Amino acid sequence: MFKFSATTPSSADLAIPPGWLTLCHACDLPSRVGDVPAGGTARCPRCGSVLYRRVRDSLDRTLALALAGLFLFAAANAFPFLALKMQGNVTHTTLSTGVRALYEQGTPIVASLVLLTTIVAPLLQISSLIFVLAPLRLGRRLPGQARVFRLLRRIQPWSMMEVFILGILVSLVKLLDMAQIVPGIALWSFVLLIPVLAAASSSLDAEWVWRRIGLAQ
Amino acid sequence: MTPSAATSSIEDLASCHDCGFVVTLAGGAHHAATHCPRCRAAVHRRKPDSLNRTWALVITAAMLYIPANLFPVMTVISLGKAQADTILSGAIYLLVHGMWPLALIVFFASVVVPLLKLFALTFLLISVQKGSRWRPVERTKLYHVVEAVGRWSMTDIYVVTILVALVSLGNLATIEAGVGAIYFAGVVVATMLAAESFDPRLIWDRARESNG
Repeated sequence: MFKFSATTPSSADLAIPPGWLTLCHACDLPSRVGDVPAGGTARCPRCGSVLYRRVRDSLDRTLALALAGLFLFAAANAFPFLALKMQGNVTHTTLSTGVRALYEQGTPIVASLVLLTTIVAPLLQISSLIFVLAPLRLGRRLPGQARVFRLLRRIQPWSMMEVFILGILVSLVKLLDMAQIVPGIALWSFVLLIPVLAAASSSLDAEWVWRRIGLAQ
Repeated sequence: MTPSAATSSIEDLASCHDCGFVVTLAGGAHHAATHCPRCRAAVHRRKPDSLNRTWALVITAAMLYIPANLFPVMTVISLGKAQADTILSGAIYLLVHGMWPLALIVFFASVVVPLLKLFALTFLLISVQKGSRWRPVERTKLYHVVEAVGRWSMTDIYVVTILVALVSLGNLATIEAGVGAIYFAGVVVATMLAAESFDPRLIWDRARESNG
């Protein structure tokens, strides 16, 4: 009989054996990371920067959040996020129409930056998490996982969904006395996507993943 | 790799910037180019050319900061009359309309944060170059703050994007993106890259060297 648990990592595999050596990324002090309890954080004894954070059920949690994020991201892009009613006219806006309007007005640099930070980077962030974690959850390895996981590190600072929400809020206030604003489905998807993405990146145990997918130990 | 890393001297150790793997770099050269055995990224003891790159990006951002605040980020054309908004007048608009919590956030995100980043990075660069031993823990924390808050400056760029997209009816009102938005986007990108290229470990190197 096929047993699902046989191919998935058991809870015993989930902890990194204590006593591993690491260098603080901020001050370079070598430390040995001891037995960090689930939910605990190891900090550099010299400068206080975080050395390692252990999250309970990191793999399951992060993968579940990334999959939820993918659905929300699809909804956020497929539906209009705001509609504007002005003198009987209704304008619907999706995320990509904003980028297109900026491009057509002759500011392609700004348009590209908005495209990168609100569409390309979040999509890469979510899909690379799934690409790396889903095979691990099924007890498999795929070629290119290490390369994609490195890309995730690089892309993360440029994924700015939470800032975009603040931008929407400010825009709404500015338009209040000009027209009537109707929030769309995509807006609610955005509002849900932000805590989901934040939770996905904070529940990721990168050191544990690297120990699974790394080319050498 | 691990047993040899554990037995060699502290000075020979370096951690991979991409995956954190600890490797032993022979010879003690500062930028010995080795590839990480775990993720294949290039391993450097310190970020290459950190001070020069960070200075170049900070100066670029400071120069862009002036036109970014002088030129309008957007122009609202309504019933034949045009009203141009700069970064600062956008925040003041919210304040005048009684939205002071939002005005405060916008003022912080688009005026305070870029200035804070420029001053903080300049201070960190100068303190490292002078070999300062002054409060390395606090200076490291300052760096973490600069790294974390920078993204919030994008708010104004998004506001322009959303308004331009929504108010494109043509008959009653149009909103056009201004040149200020291009410069402001430049400030955000340059300060983010500057924070990324600064290596906080330099704070500790100089503090250690001066200790003797």
